[in-house]
Amino acid sequence: MDQATAGHLAVPNVAASDWNGGAQPYRVGDKKLGMWLFIVSDSLTFGALLVGYSYVRAASQTWPTPFPFSPSITFSTVMTLCLLSSSLTMVMAVAAAKRRDLAAARKWIFGTMAGGAAFIILHMMEWNHLIGEGLRPFQLPQEWLQKWPGSSPLFGSTFFAITGLHMFHVFSGLIYLGVIALRIRKVTDEDVEISGLYWHFVDLVWMFVFPLIYLLSVDYKP
Amino acid sequence: MSAHTADHEHVGSTKLFLVVWIALIALTFFEVFLAYLDINKTVMVIVLMGGSIIKAALIMAYFMHLRFERLTLVLTLVPAMVICLSLLAIFFPDSLRLHDLRVFLK
Repeated sequence: MDQATAGHLAVPNVAASDWNGGAQPYRVGDKKLGMWLFIVSDSLTFGALLVGYSYVRAASQTWPTPFPFSPSITFSTVMTLCLLSSSLTMVMAVAAAKRRDLAAARKWIFGTMAGGAAFIILHMMEWNHLIGEGLRPFQLPQEWLQKWPGSSPLFGSTFFAITGLHMFHVFSGLIYLGVIALRIRKVTDEDVEISGLYWHFVDLVWMFVFPLIYLLSVDYKP
Repeated sequence: MSAHTADHEHVGSTKLFLVVWIALIALTFFEVFLAYLDINKTVMVIVLMGGSIIKAALIMAYFMHLRFERLTLVLTLVPAMVICLSLLAIFFPDSLRLHDLRVFLK
């Protein structure tokens, strides 16, 4: 092959080479793409649950608005701050992993886990408070029924299902991050970034759960 | 500029992430404040959901690095997700119809 022909062949057709096999068209690894696809599918799970909740709420003649400023709204706001802050520490962990500062990455991941653990503890206290008042999946406390007569008993099932599934995701994330932190010297920086994607997604879902479940059910009459 | 520095700028700086975090916190407090205002419930839902969509977009763009990924990846993931989530809203007119049906039940 003469030099002129070789030079001509060396100029790649970028669009064709991206999609003709042997390349990564999205410029991300298989694991990272897999996590993104999981996130898309999981967002539909939570989307369906939140739409189902909104449906039964809109279809009900009365829906209880039982959350007082203290402890419910205070707790849930602090929980939101915990998750947002843990997302920031996770970003720092990914940045540290990318510059191969593994000790710092591990510390930032532990910081992220602390935020997640605080979220779960506060949420369990909130659940405990509501269960103590008499809230069950298909039954409202007597006091609520007197205050909001004819209220739908589905309040409990939607509340426990949505916040419970989200809490399960946070708990799973804690285990996932714990494994990554303990194996920080064996995993790649992309593995840390992928665990971060999952954690940020859990944070993102709460940004919809918090206003829909809590802020629209504030017990407040001006 | 070294390759390391260029890569660091490519995925965002600490200052940028701090600004995003502060914006997210500010939006959260705005939403809590809004919940205690005496305004129309429909308006409140629209504003709260608008705030949540902005927060979700900030998290996806900066914390999840989507802003720094290839456009092909963004175009593959985001429109499909948004369309599927929007299609779920097709059920809502039925929830409001149930109120009219109750008139006949009485």
